[in-house]
Amino acid sequence: MRIGRTAEQVWELVGDPNRISEWFDGIESATVEGSTRIVLTASGMSMPETIVTNDSLQRRFQYRIGTALFREHLSTIDVFDLGDGTSLVSYAADADPAAMALVIAGAAGAALRHLREILEGEG
Amino acid sequence: MGRKILLVTTDQQRYDTIGVNGGVIARTPVVDGLASQGFRYERAVPQSVVCMPSRSTILTGQHPSTHGVWMNGVPLPLDAPSVAALLRENGYKTALIGKAHFEPFLDPFTRFTENALAATGTVPSGGEHRGFEHLELATHGSAGQLHYARWLRANHPEAAAMFYPALDADLEVNAAGGGETGAPQVHVNHVPRGCYHTDWVADHTIAWLDSLRSGDDWFAWMSFPDPHHPWDPPQSEMSRVDWRQVPLPVGYPVDRSEREAILDAKPRHWKMWYEGRLVSNFEAPPKWVPATLTTDQVREVNARNAVECELIDEAVGRVMDAIAARGWEHDVDVIFTTDHGEFQGDFGLLFKGPYHVESLMRLPLIWRPALSSRATPGVVSTPVGLVDLAPTIASIAGIDRPGWMQGSVLAKPGETTHEGVLTEWDSELYGVDVHLRTVSTSEWVCTAYKPGTLYDGSEGELYNLAEDPLQRVNLWDDPARRVDRDDLLSLLGELRPPERRPRLDLEAPV
Repeated sequence: MRIGRTAEQVWELVGDPNRISEWFDGIESATVEGSTRIVLTASGMSMPETIVTNDSLQRRFQYRIGTALFREHLSTIDVFDLGDGTSLVSYAADADPAAMALVIAGAAGAALRHLREILEGEG
Repeated sequence: MGRKILLVTTDQQRYDTIGVNGGVIARTPVVDGLASQGFRYERAVPQSVVCMPSRSTILTGQHPSTHGVWMNGVPLPLDAPSVAALLRENGYKTALIGKAHFEPFLDPFTRFTENALAATGTVPSGGEHRGFEHLELATHGSAGQLHYARWLRANHPEAAAMFYPALDADLEVNAAGGGETGAPQVHVNHVPRGCYHTDWVADHTIAWLDSLRSGDDWFAWMSFPDPHHPWDPPQSEMSRVDWRQVPLPVGYPVDRSEREAILDAKPRHWKMWYEGRLVSNFEAPPKWVPATLTTDQVREVNARNAVECELIDEAVGRVMDAIAARGWEHDVDVIFTTDHGEFQGDFGLLFKGPYHVESLMRLPLIWRPALSSRATPGVVSTPVGLVDLAPTIASIAGIDRPGWMQGSVLAKPGETTHEGVLTEWDSELYGVDVHLRTVSTSEWVCTAYKPGTLYDGSEGELYNLAEDPLQRVNLWDDPARRVDRDDLLSLLGELRPPERRPRLDLEAPV
């Protein structure tokens, strides 16, 4: 997703694990303690996550979801500087069962669209 | 005061499961009775053979290319047109009770209204969703977030565990077998009949109708999740049909070598699926190999399917009685149909997929106009489509057909509204993509394959329904039929609808 804001501006929101509920539809709140983040979904489900990477230099955020829905999961968000005042945000999901990767990808696609609306709407 | 409208849909029901259509297993006196009072369609064709695209066509009156729901898992945009919204704008009370499936089920973040609504009630925020003021939703079992599942878990928690798990631990369509033959998606379900979703849908439709004032105009979409698999009707009802006595379908070639020769003559994804070498979509259990299907399994699946069809028929009868009790029996148009068909043993297959033959594309469709209209009953043999339902519903309500609707008011006996009807298939799953475009006419079924991972775009299927009603002989490459093929491809080009751009994202498997 190309966003008309600098990578620094995008990373300020994406790189803050506490603020995911601001841009990811379906996540109502997030609580972070150390490398553990617990998100509360709109259905009331509490979903524990492990933050694997939060690298502000590389602008990479990675996390694993640790619920019974997944045998394995790793999502990776990268923010790339395009050098013209805009940025490219990539959201990749690897999951077992594979069906859950489709679900995460679908939700992430909607989240990236929301992220662009929020950031580009800030004027 | 206008005519009231009851749209009854089932899920994945074949044409020949209805008595009046020649069905010999299920007894369907209520639907047969509606047909005797109205119009029965012999060639009703869906615009997609899977749920979400087909249901979106019913609601919007548009082909899948136009409304954009190109496969299951692609949500219908919230700004898509809706015949329910049109009726509501014209003063109708509107409700959808049962299976909607315009939005994906697999939704752990509860991003979609259909999944979120049951937690808050039956009236969407803003007063409507897709034009429906009242929604009570259900699907095939007790899992998930919809109204029926929540009701069952809250009121009959012991029954909730009795249903077949439609998905397995990999969240794929479950291949686990059961019953007496071990057939996939067959399960002995001891749920009391009154707790089963078919009766629940009828009960809640009646309750909504009872909430209306007698002078209200209303549009109710009563949408049964059955007879779609899993085939797990209440066990108390299974004595209706002895599966050992169920005849094998005429479309089931009993001899294995004959069956496999028929499949060999079709484009290669037929045989690849049959042998378990290809999974192209999410519509059948990927861990099940169709070549293992036995004759007894075909019989048991069809017996259970027939029981589910009988329960639906009786549920429709209860709703018709409730309508009569309100004094509306002369003022209600009833449309009965389904979203797509089911193999049920044809070609040695079960379930559905990118296979455009009449098993999946010939649907039951009955329109019983309000008795006050004094319509002359009859049979329509020319092709019509589910894309025609929205214009028909608008017409019943006295509303001019809006420009966004692509179909026509359903033909009446003696009329022809379409030379051919279009059916589309697009799927992309785990690196396999398949794209089909089919035109069905009174005489032919012609499918052109578009380029994908299995085909280069030169392949196709061509069947002459008069000579080969079981569609076993593919005439696509027959030089003697080249002129017919070219004419049908020309017609297919003429039927091509405007395409929604950009293409919508796949957001879940189903």
